[in-house]
Amino acid sequence: MENIINIFIKSIFIDNMVFAYFLGMCSYLAVSKTVKTSFGLGLAVVFVLVITVPADYLLNEYVLKAGALSWLGEGFVDVDLSFLSFIMFIAVIASMVQLVEMIVEKFAPALYSSLGIFLPLIAVNCAILGGSLFMQERQYASLAEATSFGLGSGIGWLLAIVGIAAIREKLKYSDIPAPLRGLGITFIVTGLMGIAFMSFMGIQL
Amino acid sequence: MSDKEPLFSAKNRKLITNPLNAQNPITIQVLGICSALAVTAKLEPAIVMSISVMFVLVFANILISLLRNTIPSRIRIIVQLVVVAALVILVDQILKAFAYEVSKQLSVFVGLIITNCIIMGRLEAFALGNKPWQSALDGVGNAAGYGVILIIVAFFRELLGSGTLTLPGLGTLNIIPQAFYDMGYANNGFMILPPMALVTVGIIIWVQRSRNKDLVED
Repeated sequence: MENIINIFIKSIFIDNMVFAYFLGMCSYLAVSKTVKTSFGLGLAVVFVLVITVPADYLLNEYVLKAGALSWLGEGFVDVDLSFLSFIMFIAVIASMVQLVEMIVEKFAPALYSSLGIFLPLIAVNCAILGGSLFMQERQYASLAEATSFGLGSGIGWLLAIVGIAAIREKLKYSDIPAPLRGLGITFIVTGLMGIAFMSFMGIQL
Repeated sequence: MSDKEPLFSAKNRKLITNPLNAQNPITIQVLGICSALAVTAKLEPAIVMSISVMFVLVFANILISLLRNTIPSRIRIIVQLVVVAALVILVDQILKAFAYEVSKQLSVFVGLIITNCIIMGRLEAFALGNKPWQSALDGVGNAAGYGVILIIVAFFRELLGSGTLTLPGLGTLNIIPQAFYDMGYANNGFMILPPMALVTVGIIIWVQRSRNKDLVED
């Protein structure tokens, strides 16, 4: 249990998707103009990560990993399909996003209209595939650990995008040198936020 | 090609030169930033990453451009993902076989080429509407534009952060002479840390836009 909480806290603050690994930067920069839309996108990312990371964990554990197919019988013990993981993960992510979109549309129309266009975009958000690939690389021991990693990374991403959106709303009124306006200052502010998040680095969990 | 246009006409040359500056994928189109920043702490992974992206982008552009009239537009994203994922698997296996150390350093970022926005962005914006040769040139140009920024960022980060430059095949070269260290010069360890990649790109954007006023946002 303690382990799961550690992974959760660690993936929000210390291994933050945006500040430590720069994942999901494209949508992070493109959709962070207002707090409201960025909160919607952030929620969608949390939602999709919580579903895809455990799904890919099961896929990795029971199909792709070296020897994972041994439940099929003696003859499959040596089979190693891990070279297929990219294509399988992206297929799972694309179909999960599609599925989530349909479910949300059916059962939570209000949420659907607020997430709207962001859901399909998420399929190509690097943070989602990155979540699955880090899960595979770090070899989490159980489904619960993988899920808490997915949830934590999603919340970390949400924090980051809401933070930068709030700063950008204020930046509109600042007197920034013309060539630095827009993208340039956003990069530098993200860098400064990253430095702030680095203060969590020394924490041992 | 059926038309008489020479292979390197002025228009085709523009496809390569534009993305290097005025249409740069990273600093202007804001594509492909995700992986661009994480691999730039040293020069070698940055170079390997640029080459891998160029390989994937050029071949994906050609393949999608060849298939462009047969792909139904409703499933084009999935078709694109499959083509890109297959190419990335190739790159990953080649790197693991011939450049294992670099492949370890790049870790998940090779896989993340699949969701690199440059690839999807160029496939959507260019390859779906243009002939294979133009698409190949567009791929070379955009991957080069991406690579240039990656290499500039990595050059400064490694030089100022560790005082060395790591080139493929040559190993780590000490650039800052020992005499400097004896006089009290110290490496700026801050440059190695992830946030400084963002600040470096921010400064590159600043320099680029102050040289070219057309690019300034308001």
